Amino acid sequence: MIKAILIFNNHGKPRLSKFYEHYSEDTEQQIIRETFHLVSKRDENVCNFLEGGMLIGGSDNKLIYRHYATLYFVFCVDSSESELGILDLIQVFVETLDKCFENVCELDLIFHVDKVHNILAEMVMGGMVLETNMNEIITQVDAQNKMEKSEAGIAGAPARAVSAVKNMNLPEMPRNINIGDISIKVPNLPSFK
Amino acid sequence: MSPSVRLQEMIRVIRSARTQGEERGVIQRECAAIRAQFRQADNGGRSHNLAKLLYVHMLGYPAHFGQMECVRLIASPRYSEKRVGYLGAMMLLDEKQDASLLITNSIKNDLSHSSQYVQSLALCTLACMGSAEMCRDLAPEIDRLLRASNSYIKKKAALCAVHIVRKVPELGELFTPAARSLLSEKNHGVLHGAVVLITELCERNPETLEQFRKTVPDLVQIMKGLVTTGYSPEHNVAGISDPFLQVRILRLLRILGRNNDAASDAMNDLLAQVATNTDSSKTAGSAVLYETVLTVMDIKSESGLRVLAVNILGRFLLNNDRNIRLEPFSPYSASLPPSLPPSPHGFLFLFPLLISSSPLLSRALELSLALVSAVNIRSMMKELLLFLSSCPPELKAQAACGIFNAAERYAPSQRWHIDTILHVLTTAGGDVRDETVPNLIQLITTASDLHCYTVHKLYRALITDISQQSLVQVACWCIGEYGDLLLRGECDEIEPVQVSEDDVLDALETVLQSHMSSPATRGFALTATMKLSTRITDNVDRIRSIVSIYGSCIDVELQQRAVEYNALFKKYDHMRYATSCTSVQLHMKAPSGDFLPARGTATLTQTVLLNNPNKVMLKMRIRMSYTSQGSAFQDTMQIDSFPGPACH
Repeated sequence: MIKAILIFNNHGKPRLSKFYEHYSEDTEQQIIRETFHLVSKRDENVCNFLEGGMLIGGSDNKLIYRHYATLYFVFCVDSSESELGILDLIQVFVETLDKCFENVCELDLIFHVDKVHNILAEMVMGGMVLETNMNEIITQVDAQNKMEKSEAGIAGAPARAVSAVKNMNLPEMPRNINIGDISIKVPNLPSFK
Repeated sequence: MSPSVRLQEMIRVIRSARTQGEERGVIQRECAAIRAQFRQADNGGRSHNLAKLLYVHMLGYPAHFGQMECVRLIASPRYSEKRVGYLGAMMLLDEKQDASLLITNSIKNDLSHSSQYVQSLALCTLACMGSAEMCRDLAPEIDRLLRASNSYIKKKAALCAVHIVRKVPELGELFTPAARSLLSEKNHGVLHGAVVLITELCERNPETLEQFRKTVPDLVQIMKGLVTTGYSPEHNVAGISDPFLQVRILRLLRILGRNNDAASDAMNDLLAQVATNTDSSKTAGSAVLYETVLTVMDIKSESGLRVLAVNILGRFLLNNDRNIRLEPFSPYSASLPPSLPPSPHGFLFLFPLLISSSPLLSRALELSLALVSAVNIRSMMKELLLFLSSCPPELKAQAACGIFNAAERYAPSQRWHIDTILHVLTTAGGDVRDETVPNLIQLITTASDLHCYTVHKLYRALITDISQQSLVQVACWCIGEYGDLLLRGECDEIEPVQVSEDDVLDALETVLQSHMSSPATRGFALTATMKLSTRITDNVDRIRSIVSIYGSCIDVELQQRAVEYNALFKKYDHMRYATSCTSVQLHMKAPSGDFLPARGTATLTQTVLLNNPNKVMLKMRIRMSYTSQGSAFQDTMQIDSFPGPACH
């Protein structure tokens, strides 16, 4: 079972944190810090598996990580998962993100963290691997996004109209319109707020 | 406007904060705004606000006030709101909170929703944080979905069922029939979920395991399909067709084949096929191969297959990828059994000696010792002794112990055995267990044709180095016993060296006087000196003077011995010869443990076998050294009441 999936950058700032077991908010943050501490100390030429920190279950659990440029992808798993398999899974996850975001970089993950959660939800569910076929995952994510957009399309129209008009720059209305002999008093229209 | 835009604005603002304090300020303001918005009735931006709150939660700020909002959003008819609501539920709620019960009804409704994506949201959330009550409530729904839905939902329902079984094991029976039928699906996602579900059911209930043994042929069929199929772009990872599914199936086969001949037979061919056909150059193939090896070792496989498996492991070590190379040694992966079939690759397991990491070395050592057999003992022992001299200090004890065990089981000759033990004592004498000394003495005693060789070798070792206590003790004993052979000078198997009585006594006196010698070692040396008095002719006076010096030694043990020996010289000279003969043999077994808990809650036993063929009167003095709360203690006791000469 996968206990947690964490993505953080080289300075330990979390970019995604998904826990499949319940921990208190404080503990979650401590786990992130502890994991960063353990993983950032690793040399480049050692293997990608290490023992989990104390907070996340110690020697019963292991951390499997991959380091891509500025990001660490860390999966904390128990002994029922194949280490080499999880290593491949991380690769599939990153490749999927790459396809969804078109050459994904850290900024994409920062500003679209909800999208990353949605993608991850198609791959891992309840701590278990759900789907590893990249195309299948992307198809489903696209379909769901479409559904969301279509909903926002119809229901969002009034909201969009309101905000469009609010931001319209109305020129100053003249008080009186004088054309030759005709003088028309402009009624006091309520201000459009 | 999609929720993300508002979220992105907030993220931008947070990122522009230059200090931690500034960030905290920004977030507090945002949270206050979000809180206010939650309190309002209905507004168009509900999902934005929750999304923002979840982001803030990830950064570590409190977000519990969003829990009720999650409940509200989940109940909304709109997909975008449900999506964020469910995500929030997974992040903020757990079974201990009351709010989680409130979403049970929503989940129930959503499980029968017309849109599969809404169904999938509900399934996902239930699998993540469903409590036992929720699981009991909704289990029939999940069972229904397992049977009659599309593959997208089926695979999610399968994993949801796994979660339910973990929370409420009794419900396993409910899912058994559906799980069985899922194996005939074609979709890999569904198959994967089915295999995980069956694995979980089998691990929890032995009866269910019996039932599922019948599925072995089906599983073998599926695996065959995966292994022999041509390139399939959908599931291909580095040339292997769906390695994730293969690994899962192999694991299930392991569970089903354990301790069962019929099942193991049925999978033998398949395992051989996977083992031979899988390409191990990349991680994907290696994952499959490693799983295959573990399965072969765990079930009742035929010996040819087991040898193949060990050879595969050996090949792992030659891989370029460091993750693959170190996989057999990972202390976190399943253990290999303690005794593996012999393999010419046995010594390859010592290759990772180049790595400094101790947990890996410990496993490598364990594996190497498991591979020792009568066939390869000589070559393996050479490597193991080399290892012993260069391994980190924390592994020396394990290595020495393993070497002794291996030597005892497979020693090709007594001389080889003695040489090996001497080698260990010279290299790592400080790390061997206490019973090594009497056991070695026992061994030497029985190797009667080697006494001359042994005493010469030990004498040489003694004059070279007196720091290794175990070695010194054995050497002293040996000199005491066989000093006459040493002095005689001739020996078949070793270059003889002229040793005079003075030389020998010098050596023993050096040991007695050295500050490096422990009290036990001094005891040995003193006893040896005493014994020599019956074996040498010229220097008895010197011996007597050495012994009497120790009559006033500070160490009580030594003093006691010295006084007794003195008495032997004075009053019981005629018995001196009798008491110095080699009739009594002592064999110490390993103690039952090395830790004794306080207050008599457990006992520690160590068996000592005493062989007294000549039925001489015996007294035994036992000295026990131990540490308690960091300080060293010693207790001595004497046993005078051995059974008399009438019985054995």
